[in-house]
Amino acid sequence: MVLWISGSFLAAAAAPWAVKRFPRHAGMILALWPGLLFVWFLSVLPRVGQSPVVTTHEWIPALGIRFSLYLDGLALLMSLLISGIGSLVILYAGRYLERHPDLGKLLALLLAFMASMLGLVLSGNLLLMFVFWELTSIVSYLLIGFHHEDEGARRSALQGLFVTFAGGLALMTGLILIGSVAGSYEWRTILDSADAIQASPHYPLALVLLVVGAMTKSAQFPFHFWLPNAMAAPTPVSAYLHSATMVKAGVFLLARTHPVLGGTALWTALLGTAGAVTLLLGIWLAMRSTGIKRVLAYSTIMALGTLTMLIGVGSDKAIIAAMAFLFAHSLYKGALFMIAGILDHQAGVKDLTRAGGLARRMPVSAAAAGLAALSLAGVLPLFGFVAKEKLFLSIFASGMAWLTPVVAIGAVLTVGVGALVGIQPWYGKPVATPRPAREPGPSLLAGPLILATGGILFGLFTPVVDQYLLTPAASAVTGHPVTPMLKLWHGLNLALATSIASLALGLLLYRWRTHFRHMTRFSDALAARGPEWLYDRMMALLVRVAGWQTRMLQSGYLRHYLLTTLLFVVACVWILLARSGQALHIAFDLTDIAIHEVMVMLVMSASAILAATSGSRLGAVAALGAVGFTVALVFVLFSAADPGITQVLVETLAVIMLVLVLFRLPRFLKLSSTRVRVQDATVAITLGATFTVLLLLAQDQRLYESISAWHIAESVPSGYGRNVVNVILVDFRALDTLGEIFVLALAAVGVLAMLGLKAEDKPQ
Amino acid sequence: MNTLLAICVGVLYSAAIYLILRRSIVKLVIGLVLLSNASNLLIFTASGLTREAPPLIPEGESMPAIVADPLAQALILTAIVIGFGVLAFAVVLIRRAYEVVEADDMDQMKGTDT
Repeated sequence: MVLWISGSFLAAAAAPWAVKRFPRHAGMILALWPGLLFVWFLSVLPRVGQSPVVTTHEWIPALGIRFSLYLDGLALLMSLLISGIGSLVILYAGRYLERHPDLGKLLALLLAFMASMLGLVLSGNLLLMFVFWELTSIVSYLLIGFHHEDEGARRSALQGLFVTFAGGLALMTGLILIGSVAGSYEWRTILDSADAIQASPHYPLALVLLVVGAMTKSAQFPFHFWLPNAMAAPTPVSAYLHSATMVKAGVFLLARTHPVLGGTALWTALLGTAGAVTLLLGIWLAMRSTGIKRVLAYSTIMALGTLTMLIGVGSDKAIIAAMAFLFAHSLYKGALFMIAGILDHQAGVKDLTRAGGLARRMPVSAAAAGLAALSLAGVLPLFGFVAKEKLFLSIFASGMAWLTPVVAIGAVLTVGVGALVGIQPWYGKPVATPRPAREPGPSLLAGPLILATGGILFGLFTPVVDQYLLTPAASAVTGHPVTPMLKLWHGLNLALATSIASLALGLLLYRWRTHFRHMTRFSDALAARGPEWLYDRMMALLVRVAGWQTRMLQSGYLRHYLLTTLLFVVACVWILLARSGQALHIAFDLTDIAIHEVMVMLVMSASAILAATSGSRLGAVAALGAVGFTVALVFVLFSAADPGITQVLVETLAVIMLVLVLFRLPRFLKLSSTRVRVQDATVAITLGATFTVLLLLAQDQRLYESISAWHIAESVPSGYGRNVVNVILVDFRALDTLGEIFVLALAAVGVLAMLGLKAEDKPQ
Repeated sequence: MNTLLAICVGVLYSAAIYLILRRSIVKLVIGLVLLSNASNLLIFTASGLTREAPPLIPEGESMPAIVADPLAQALILTAIVIGFGVLAFAVVLIRRAYEVVEADDMDQMKGTDT
């Protein structure tokens, strides 16, 4: 299985080359790879029904992260959809964007997406799954922004990225919580510790975080707004990522974790509510839209809401209904998106109100669209009908009475939406299209035709699909074997009655669609202050905060940076001192004082103050020299002859150098105001006082025994020298001295280089 | 004695930091020199003060009784020399900067163009 995933990434890398080499048939050639995958997944179908196929490779052993793949019924259902629809979409995209300069990029991204999505559904390790989860977000970003010269597309791409990444962060935290409770990120271990996880105090938080992640990816209210905007992507992308596969990743995650996290009151409440609200919102907005892709996008939101709600209900019936609905939706929605692409490609039609009577010119497309729309509306004998019947039955039996009107209203509106896409552009009075409409070639028709015919075939052979595909998937979701229960014909019952009623009402709604849109104008005002508005406000706020922060922190003035750093240091020191105040005491010792030493120190302090305050350049340098020489005196007075000598030499040279250079510089100007001077002086004195206090405190502190005694003892025997300081410099710590020589040599080279730069190369 | 020297170190640090916070680049360099002096004195004081007992081993003896800490002196020696290297570089740098910018004011050196 690792080979299939890595092979898909390789295929993605080969796509641009294939497009260059075979510009007209690249789609057909590249579609072979997902087709091969599809056949392989079909071949393991009987085996997976028995027990999951598992492979494990070590990846980061130190962190306990393994590259484990786990192929059970659920993963197989998703993999079949991903590879099957992927094959059709790539075939379709090769023709749809033929001669587009970036076709190679598009096909590469589609294949890379397929590889990531396969990795996501096949992962047997939570962290591995997270990696693939983020990969799908990134590829989706690149695909939404495919027309990157369009500002709207860029904005939509970023919006999708931010929303799904925000959810990704929440998801990651949730996964880490689950992993830490279970003691492993391996899916099989976690499956066994379901009870421990549900009993853990971290369970509610982990569940909420995980659900937020799933809700952003699967476009649940209030994160739904990125999905309709993602329609800025080319239509094959919308068909693949934003209806059939990627947006189902969130639903997949919920289904995957259901045996571990599901079944609690919190689970049902969270997912039931989120799903129901999203269902109604999605189908309501779909019915109110006229752009073909927007109608389809909103009805996708409805489907994702339905799936979330069903997984929230969590009974065997509901889970199998969810699997059937997921399967049916991928088939008909993939087909409908490709039909929307055909309308755009062949007739230039993007809006439902701009099309009519096209069935005469495009009969095959019209038939495919009709079949898919019937499945969407849930009409006998298509597979959509089976899914919808099971949805009704499981909701009626769930004991959650408030969900019944939700699904009933949803069903009516869904029929209306089905009519919008299945009837409006094709029948009735012909409307002049921007381009003369014409039936497309087989590459474009293959996808919608196969998927739409699948809807009717699978409907007629429901028990076969149920037994081999959907029951194993449902068993994986519930965590225990489920008996096959799907049938095309359930007999005359309440669900059938609801179906028939919703069909009739939905068609009426379609008949009065303009009145409906007119009467429901009020919802536009609500939408204008909805989650997307909030998102825009938050992004604007983020930019403002970032700007303010940059202005605050990055003034560009050295003294501001210094001031901040110094004050921070002082604050840290005093906080630490205050916390350990009891243990420290300052040693004031004024007994042992010689008068000449006091004089030296007075001169030193006075010179330092003069150097700081002098208004004349020469005065400042002279005071600086005085400080240096008094420091040398202190060294000599307290038994440090070598530093004293060095200090005298260095100080002399330094003063000479400063005097020489100062003559080339202007006089000191009074650049700062008195207020600034007082402020700086306060900071400087505070810091100086801090150093004094630290030094006094350090007198009594000796944390480690000094190694000086060793140096003194070994000076003659090991170093053959009687001046211990010299022995340390040239023998014990000779490498330090070597480093010092390098520093001096570098400084000398720098000085020479700068002196060599003459004034004539001064820039204007 | 330690106490007085500690106060001296505080005065040196105060003067050095006050100078470093000035806009004039010459004052900044003078502040740097003061700062390096202050730090040397800090290390020296912290290692303990000893009068009239340099770390020299007289001929014939191998172990003197009490001497000043030689390690701190060695560190300070290195620091003094490196401080001088930095000063030499900084002095030439400000000379060059003044040639180009024709100002001593660091607020006029904010851009990267000049």
